[in-house]
Amino acid sequence: MSTLPLETAAHPEGLRRVVIEPLSRVEGHGKVTLLMDEDDHVQQARLHIVEFRAFEKFIQGRPYWEVPVMVQRLCGICPVSHHLAASKALDQVVGATQLTPTAEKIRRLMHYGQILQSHALHFFYLSSPDLLLGFDSEIAKRNIVGLAAEYPDIAKQGVLLRKYGQEVIRHTAGKRIHGTGSVPGGVNKSLTAGERAELQKDIYQVIAWSRDALRLVKRLFEADFETYCSFGSFESRTLSLVRADGAMDLYHGGLRATQADGRRIFDHVDYGRYWEQISEEVKAWSYMKFPYLTALGHEDGWYRVGPLTRVTRCDFIPTPLADRERREFLAFEDGRAAKATLGFHWARMIEMLHAAEAIKDLLHDDDLLGKDLVAGGERQARGVGVIEAPRGTLIHHYRVDENDQVARANLIVSTTHNNHAMNIAIREVAKKYLDGRRLTEGLLNHIEVAVRAFDPCLSCATHAIGKMPLEVQLVDAAGAVVDTLVRGSR
Amino acid sequence: MLVLAVGNPSRGDDAIGPELAARLEAAALPGVEVISEFQLQVENALDLVGRERVIFVDAGVGTPAPYELRRAAAAPDFLHTSHAISPEAVLATYERLHGAPAPEAWVLCVRGESFELGDGLSDAARRRVAAAWEDLARHCARME
Repeated sequence: MSTLPLETAAHPEGLRRVVIEPLSRVEGHGKVTLLMDEDDHVQQARLHIVEFRAFEKFIQGRPYWEVPVMVQRLCGICPVSHHLAASKALDQVVGATQLTPTAEKIRRLMHYGQILQSHALHFFYLSSPDLLLGFDSEIAKRNIVGLAAEYPDIAKQGVLLRKYGQEVIRHTAGKRIHGTGSVPGGVNKSLTAGERAELQKDIYQVIAWSRDALRLVKRLFEADFETYCSFGSFESRTLSLVRADGAMDLYHGGLRATQADGRRIFDHVDYGRYWEQISEEVKAWSYMKFPYLTALGHEDGWYRVGPLTRVTRCDFIPTPLADRERREFLAFEDGRAAKATLGFHWARMIEMLHAAEAIKDLLHDDDLLGKDLVAGGERQARGVGVIEAPRGTLIHHYRVDENDQVARANLIVSTTHNNHAMNIAIREVAKKYLDGRRLTEGLLNHIEVAVRAFDPCLSCATHAIGKMPLEVQLVDAAGAVVDTLVRGSR
Repeated sequence: MLVLAVGNPSRGDDAIGPELAARLEAAALPGVEVISEFQLQVENALDLVGRERVIFVDAGVGTPAPYELRRAAAAPDFLHTSHAISPEAVLATYERLHGAPAPEAWVLCVRGESFELGDGLSDAARRRVAAAWEDLARHCARME
């Protein structure tokens, strides 16, 4: 089992434990523990995933054609990503090696709608309160209502961008939630001329707002480039899909892995045999596994996925406005922003603009109105589907038995890929901002800012009133709780 | 009026919201629109435009049993949640976006016990849904 600096304290006995549980504005149930010595020096920092998700068991035994609908219930935030990854895997099971043009373009439209609305949610709702109001601003105002009071136009744009993305999903998936649009081998509906016209009506405004969001994030970096380029930053290897010509492609491609300096570890690898490149390590203190590149081993092979990887490691973005923004991002401060943890936000807005441009292009393609929806072929026993979900690479792998039931399922979600990288990020922040200082809520929020940059989805799909208060406990060396802070529970 | 039901049908008692939404849709009460969501999000504020009243229906943890039906007011109540937001925060977002008071709002919160992936409703939740349904149906009928 590998151990990195600050992962495990050399002498944990007698240290003071600080628990941030669960993380606010991070999906599901995660917690951060810090072990501090009597002089408030950080000796250990860990991000724990404390809820075990029995995804595979949920899927096993179900008829394969139900799977693209059922997997949407794994995640309340990105159900479309699971819907499409499962469909891609099951395309192979039904022998559909090539989708019809209409089916592929409808799925792409659905996916870009999901990227648009998810990135808008993350930037405008989850992260911009930190970025615009300050990491340690008054906690009661550090949310979108506080943001709306200070920046009403920005808050409104965020809501309307999300709404547009949801409308794209509704028209392509059939419903706002529990959509059924994508099926093994294709789709079950195309767009009507009326639906296309409705979406065309607002797309240029959506592109304009996406460009405004990019101007905003650039202003933030320019105003305090030292903080933005250094906060929680570290170098890492990367993993993403790229198109055959090296372009960014969020729906389909081959696997590309790079060293921290961009050198290729492998490129254009068929994701149908992903297990030859990626292994998973278990650590006793976390339910979530730690994937690594097999060739490099578990100590050196960890990597980062998601918007920052995709924008910096593709050769180009195949829409003009987003590609211009990519080049500017890569050049900012001699490339420091492109390596920064907070660079996730800038990269995410570049992808949001790309999604808007891609939607615009698709909406002018008459294949969206076609009637040839489903392809088929020789039945296979196994299928792997990989997609670049909003948070990063998402892998669905199924084996289907002779009774058409799923006999085995393996899912690697984006947050699992980033598990190691998020742990590194919080250790960097803990060292720089918390070490040797008396802890305050504002300082602890710095840890959460670093985690939120990755936009993790730790365990989704349930949200009940009263669930998930944020609790911070200070525990002394004897294990006694000496102080507790609970953020707004009801 | 609008009924905004929240919950995941495959997460044990989180299915309370969708279950009540399904009953309400089957009843097809005139003047009542039902929307089901996994989680409330900021754009749900736009669903409130032009409504006289809204009822949020959700499962609860540690909330009064079998259920509570209470008035809701706009409040910047974001901090205990994650990607999702509370009914009060949806109302607050509406008011910030539109500069006008949100429609009259109620929360029907039915207490749940277990929220495991793949589980159905618990026996306790079934009894509470049955009790809450009568109140919800009466409340909606009064709105006609």
